[in-house]
Amino acid sequence: MASLDDLKKRIASVKSTQKITKAMKMVAAAKLRRAQESAEKGRPYSEKMNNVILNLSNGVSDKENAPKLLSGTGQEKTHLCVVMTSDRGLCGGFNSNIIKKAKSYFAKILDEGKELKIITVGSKGNDQLKRVYGDKIIENISFKESKNANYFDADKVGKMVIEKFEAGEFDICTIFYNQFKNVITQIPQAQQIIPLNNEGEENSSEESYEFEPDEDEILSNLLPKNISTQIFKAMLENSASEQGSRMSAMDNATRNAGEMVDKLTIEYNRSRQAAITKELIEIISGAESL
Amino acid sequence: MSEEFKVEIVNPEKSFLVKDDVSEVVVPAFEGEMGILKDHISIISFLKPGIIKILSKSGDENYYVEDGIVEFKNNNLSILTSTIFNLADMDKSKQQDLLKQAEEEANKTDINDQSKYLVDQKVEVLKTLN
Repeated sequence: MASLDDLKKRIASVKSTQKITKAMKMVAAAKLRRAQESAEKGRPYSEKMNNVILNLSNGVSDKENAPKLLSGTGQEKTHLCVVMTSDRGLCGGFNSNIIKKAKSYFAKILDEGKELKIITVGSKGNDQLKRVYGDKIIENISFKESKNANYFDADKVGKMVIEKFEAGEFDICTIFYNQFKNVITQIPQAQQIIPLNNEGEENSSEESYEFEPDEDEILSNLLPKNISTQIFKAMLENSASEQGSRMSAMDNATRNAGEMVDKLTIEYNRSRQAAITKELIEIISGAESL
Repeated sequence: MSEEFKVEIVNPEKSFLVKDDVSEVVVPAFEGEMGILKDHISIISFLKPGIIKILSKSGDENYYVEDGIVEFKNNNLSILTSTIFNLADMDKSKQQDLLKQAEEEANKTDINDQSKYLVDQKVEVLKTLN
């Protein structure tokens, strides 16, 4: 059995761990509020963007010559996956959930004999993927310096993706991120962004628009912007999810630490009692023998 | 009948401006400035660098934009843009910074014609502001 001194030390160390997790929980809660707010504020832009593109793509008469970003290259050989994770750990299942989702998708693609390329955004995803898929990762981006998700960063990723698309490096692009539902639930998402997938949201607005200049030109200007917008949306959702996930993970950790302190304290008291009893017995039996 | 309509400017981070007593908006559309009044036909167009003028009862406002899309439908004008500044809040040093950036970009040789055109526009607009 551990000595009294050891127990005392352990209790102290668990208590200080608890202090840290508690502080992290508070910080995450404060950041969560901000991240959630900006995720909500960012929604009108991506919604409007989606609307305009939907209207436009309905108006495109000549589907054959539509921009490639909309209709695809006509092949499905090379898949590019953009896996978006956080730069910091200690946030529960946040990163593992995305990775799990991504890995099952990767396995499916490789089973079909297709080519796979990966871009990781955020260092944690890179750490987890490079062991198995190290040779597939073509790019690794991390925004450790920027405090909050900002459009400028998203635009950088977007431009890179488009550059690679135009160079013919891939046919289909999918982004992986966590959608923020509430503090306890985040849903890992796989969203295809190239070619644009708007089946199922058939919008029956018969509104006819005037275009200036023509549809094709607007579309070819708009579609790259839409990529950045979608990535930005994913980043906002991700940062809200990360804080939410961290908050509940740290809440759990604090509670577990509390339980552990209780258990250790009982053990400590018991062994202290045992030591006292032992001493007493020794004294009494010593006195009796006289 | 009133001659006012609603304008909404959003950028990726937030909804930048909502105004519903606007009488006229002049936007720097790609093929030239475009004035929009109430009951304009539905239109989608994109912007080049320039000044958005918003004329309304509660006062006129001017904004500097670098890019964006305008959509007008049912007397709702939506402007989506990633870079927008209120001219009233923009001081000289900010202008100089933007101008310097734009000029640097314009002097690059490896850009295509369209972005060259846009950058030149940017430089011109920023120069007229000074």
